[in-house]
Amino acid sequence: MPLRRALRLVRRWWRLLVRHLMRYTAPARRAWRRSLQLRVVAITLVASSLLVGTFGGFIADRSAEILLKRAEDEARAALTTKVRYAEDQLTLYPQSRDPELPSALKDLVNELFGGVASSRGDSVISIRADGYPDLSAVTVPNNVDPRDLITSEMIRAVSGEGGGVRQQIRTAEINGQTTKYLVYGSPVPTRFGQVELYYMVPLTSEDQDANLMRTTVLATGLALVILLGVVAGLVTRLVVTPVRVAARTAQRLSAGLLDQRMKVNGEDDLALLAAAFNQMAANLQRQIVRLEEMSRLQRRFTSDVSHELRTPLTTVRMAADLIFSEREEFDPAVARSAELLQAELDRFEELLTDLLEISRFDAGFAALDAEHTDLVPIVERVAERLTGLAERAGVELELNLPDTPVIAEVDPRRVERVLRNLVGNAVEHAEAKPVLITMATDDAAVAVTVRDHGIGLKPGEERLVFNRFWRADPSRARQTGGTGLGLSISVEDARLHGGWLEAWGSPGEGAQFRLTLPVRAGDRLVAAPLPLIPRDRTAEVS
Amino acid sequence: MRARVLVVDDDPALAEMLGIVLRSEGFLPSFVADGERALAAFRENRPDIVLLDLMLPGMSGIDVARAIRAESGIPIVMLTAKSDTVDVVLGLESGADDYVVKPFKPKELVARMRARLRRGEDAAPETLTIGPPGNQITIDVPAHTVSRDGEEVKLTPLEFDLLVALARKPRQVFTREVLLEQVWGYRHAADTRLVNVHVQRLRAKIEPDPERPEIILTVRGVGYKAGTG
Repeated sequence: MPLRRALRLVRRWWRLLVRHLMRYTAPARRAWRRSLQLRVVAITLVASSLLVGTFGGFIADRSAEILLKRAEDEARAALTTKVRYAEDQLTLYPQSRDPELPSALKDLVNELFGGVASSRGDSVISIRADGYPDLSAVTVPNNVDPRDLITSEMIRAVSGEGGGVRQQIRTAEINGQTTKYLVYGSPVPTRFGQVELYYMVPLTSEDQDANLMRTTVLATGLALVILLGVVAGLVTRLVVTPVRVAARTAQRLSAGLLDQRMKVNGEDDLALLAAAFNQMAANLQRQIVRLEEMSRLQRRFTSDVSHELRTPLTTVRMAADLIFSEREEFDPAVARSAELLQAELDRFEELLTDLLEISRFDAGFAALDAEHTDLVPIVERVAERLTGLAERAGVELELNLPDTPVIAEVDPRRVERVLRNLVGNAVEHAEAKPVLITMATDDAAVAVTVRDHGIGLKPGEERLVFNRFWRADPSRARQTGGTGLGLSISVEDARLHGGWLEAWGSPGEGAQFRLTLPVRAGDRLVAAPLPLIPRDRTAEVS
Repeated sequence: MRARVLVVDDDPALAEMLGIVLRSEGFLPSFVADGERALAAFRENRPDIVLLDLMLPGMSGIDVARAIRAESGIPIVMLTAKSDTVDVVLGLESGADDYVVKPFKPKELVARMRARLRRGEDAAPETLTIGPPGNQITIDVPAHTVSRDGEEVKLTPLEFDLLVALARKPRQVFTREVLLEQVWGYRHAADTRLVNVHVQRLRAKIEPDPERPEIILTVRGVGYKAGTG
């Protein structure tokens, strides 16, 4: 299939060409996309060149035509006079063989030429009598060879049957100069028959005039186009500059400089734009200041509540501790009460801590204390601390960690809290099956997955688990501990790092939680080094 | 010898409860309820350790800690209701050695106080030298003194312990967790901000240019180590 191959080749070359073109024209295209002014000026230039070109061409053509027409009229009038004169002169010779005829013809041509030489230089006059072999053609000035100007078709048209006045325009090299001639031919009836008179007028001055005209039109047109371009540029600038100022002001506003305003000049549309813009900015500023104030109050409130609640709680806690340590000396009901008091105080404390933490996130003043931290010991420590809980639940904790340190810019306290939460949850829901903790890293991200093989999650629950106070099964809830805020706080912790916390689960097959954090604080996460859906699970599916 | 404790707290119930717990643990507590009188009480009672609430009427806990630090290196343990970094770091920077977040368990508080009171028991005669040549400091361990070019540098006992821990094993890198255990006596890793703030404070006292430390070096992602020649 050579054709198909050739087509393929052509297509490849075409693609290559397009790609190259795209690359080289990229800056221009960018400028085109970005500058309204450039676009307006370019469009004005193109449109006005088209218009001016059309009109200019039309005018130049018309004037050339008029010039030619005048030359033709003039030449035709002259020819008519000359033919009549020649006719008069030649009536003297009834015979073509008249021996005086050749010289008479010569004289006649000279006379005719003398009549025009003064008014129109470089004209050529020629008399032909091709029908009579004795009579040769006479041309004045005699150094001109008129064969280039008078074509045989023309001779035939003039002298032949039904011949008459004919005209044509010929360009020939006369005296070493290429000149355009208007050639007129007319039969001259005589008593012995017919001769032909040719009158050739150079169109040099007409051409010159036409050229001058064309140059003038072109120059004027060009100047007009340039002027239009400049005017378009200036007018657009008039509109674009305020728009650009508005854009720049908007950028400054969004960068947090809330005092930025535009200058309002006059009462036109642009002033309206500036005024509307300023009003918007003022409203924004008012709203932002109000929100900031609210946030500050909320922060203050959280802080105060925190302090006001914690101080009495500390006293209660200490008192309860004291009573609890002496409980053996009380009667059973009071002793049990002391135990309950102690346990519920723990819960109350946890809940208070978590609530305050959540409200800190809500008020937007949780701060990230990122430092370069090795995550391996953190995971190991979390696992070690939860070994007791895991043993009580009959769950085995398996660690799958890299051998080398995994250094990332994170807040170690927050990361530890998230992991403690994930592993603690996994142990609680593992139903005595092993829990696997895996960590992996690449250049940009660190991921830790916590996998259990317990009851798992129903479809849709992998989002609900992060909701505040969400319980998978309200009837089970009372047995398991936790405040119901753990995962909500963990999600906020991950988000504060610019990281992700996601869940996967399937009923009866367990669940997997994945924490992904950027290696460098502030980086955007693109991909995680570990899959969210466990490998053993994907293998089963595929 | 029972250790004297000065409790600076404006909440009478908490102060009384603290008194009950501290007495039962064998301390001799005395109390003051506002910041302005704290310094006078401190001078009068000469306590071995100060328990200081950060939020006080009159003079704030931060200012009290600074005032005490200005004239003494005795251990200060802050009681704070806030665990935000700003508050904790501010408290530590003003001179507190350790902090306990309310609500705390009495045992935890007592353990922290004991750790702060347990001072280098009968250390063997030992003199340590660290720092690059030309920028060396000498530590006389039993005498609890640190000197640079024969001039004594005043350190609090905690800062001294931190420096000795690093200087005893130059070239070894200490993680923050290890330092918390050795210097603060935490069995489990706690808040590593404690270490960061105290290293800063120590640097401010012994480094000629704390911005470019040469005696206590940071090992990124791991911890700290003593600089040697």
